[in-house]
Amino acid sequence: MEAATYNYKVVRQFAIMTVVWGIVGMLVGVILSAQLIWPNLTDSLGPLAPYLSYGRIRPLHTNAVIFAFGGSALFAASLFIVQRTCQTRLLSDGLASFVFWAWQLVIVLAALTLPMGLTSAKEYAELEWPIDILIAVVWVAYAILFFGTVMKRKTQHIYVSNWFFGAYIVTIAVLHITNSIELPITLTKSYSAYAGVQDAMVQWWYAHNAVGFFLTTAFLGMMYYFIPKQAGRPIYSYRLSIVHFWSLSFLYMWAGPHHLLYTALPDWAQSLGMIFSVMLIAPSWGGMINGIMTLSGAWHKLRTDPILKFMVTALSFYGMSTFEGPMMSVKTVNALSHYTEWNIAHVHSGSLGWVAMITIGCMYYLIPRLFGREEMHSVKLINTHFWISTIGVVLYIASMWIAGVAQGLMWRATNDDGTLTYSFVQSVVTMYPFYYIRLLGGLMFFTGMLLMAWNVWKTVSAGKAVNDARIPEAVQA
Amino acid sequence: MDSGLIGSVVTVLFFLLFVGIVWWAYHKDNRAKYDAAARLPFEEDGRGDQAHSEEKLQ
Repeated sequence: MEAATYNYKVVRQFAIMTVVWGIVGMLVGVILSAQLIWPNLTDSLGPLAPYLSYGRIRPLHTNAVIFAFGGSALFAASLFIVQRTCQTRLLSDGLASFVFWAWQLVIVLAALTLPMGLTSAKEYAELEWPIDILIAVVWVAYAILFFGTVMKRKTQHIYVSNWFFGAYIVTIAVLHITNSIELPITLTKSYSAYAGVQDAMVQWWYAHNAVGFFLTTAFLGMMYYFIPKQAGRPIYSYRLSIVHFWSLSFLYMWAGPHHLLYTALPDWAQSLGMIFSVMLIAPSWGGMINGIMTLSGAWHKLRTDPILKFMVTALSFYGMSTFEGPMMSVKTVNALSHYTEWNIAHVHSGSLGWVAMITIGCMYYLIPRLFGREEMHSVKLINTHFWISTIGVVLYIASMWIAGVAQGLMWRATNDDGTLTYSFVQSVVTMYPFYYIRLLGGLMFFTGMLLMAWNVWKTVSAGKAVNDARIPEAVQA
Repeated sequence: MDSGLIGSVVTVLFFLLFVGIVWWAYHKDNRAKYDAAARLPFEEDGRGDQAHSEEKLQ
């Protein structure tokens, strides 16, 4: 009776790897932030030193946290949610296994090639062409698996989470393939098909929509399922979620040029990017309000339920960073903020505050259920994890905000005769105290992930893999 | 037709499309349908899945 149960195996595999890759990716981040304080930190490692140099492991960090940690979390969540809300088993168990193992292969290849210095030098798309092709193949398999499952659903309606996941899958395919069109020279070297400002525009159209559809749309799909489940009540307004979905999808696609303000990009394109970025605040906050208001009438649960704390704090950071983003894309603000640590603050408010915290909350919901347990081994430890990571993020963001504004002001300061007030190195020296605080914040967040790993280990080792989760028989339309 | 005019037409069309989506989402005939859809995550509860009980969630 295989068809009468859900496929939890692939969800379980991705859920465990989410924790593993989260730790790996964040550890690399901690090393990088230490290198910014002590630039010679890894020099004494002899033959290993080149592989750990900042320029090589920086893309390793971004790829690991976005595509290994975030990616695994999204595979786990989307493949769980699509089954539960369509009340049907995944289209194919074989395809599911392929998606899991091939995605792990992509991650391992990235972890090998990036420290070797093999890169196409496109931010968040550094991997060289053979890996790009593998990613495209995995993605198509994932699309078939996901949409195939939606097509054989037993429910009449397609739940809103699946709309968000669907948009994410389609868009990432288009972005990845378009941005990765390149001319291979050798097995490990290729050149982009685009040149000059067109290359920059394609790259940032890709990269911003990777933020938009990978790190936002898809995690909103997660939010629309797990917050109602954990809060025990349906989403505040299902109708708002429809408007949220369409407006977010329409607007995000055009925001990319805000990464290229005051460059060779035509001015109209810059203004277009800025205006669409500012408009994005409407759907972003609509979605945030929808998530938070789901708790209305059940606010007391926030006092006792650390999983809900994670989810609601994630939404708060989402609201904060989607206010900050539009503001930073305004040209006059961007003139101060761009190329400074403010960007790093903004990115981590989104990635640690929103993406990582909603993921952690969802994994704490999901993992016990995948291993036949009522709840995690230690709920108290989830609470500790919540506080250590929240304080960590706040330290991280606040220090980088101050550092960024200081940097921007120092760079633009001029004397009466037009010469620069500060040399570049003076602005670097000013950064030191903030870099220490950032390292501390990052270490705290990383420590939280270690607590999570221990908690997951104890939960899993005392549990039993669930492979007989039954699909409900009849469905009322 | 120059590109400026096409741009204006597309902008107006997209705006109307958006208004249409809002109208469709909030139309009262669709209310029951969406209320049912919002309950989809909970329709699994209390059946199957012996591993854990979710009756505490409504």
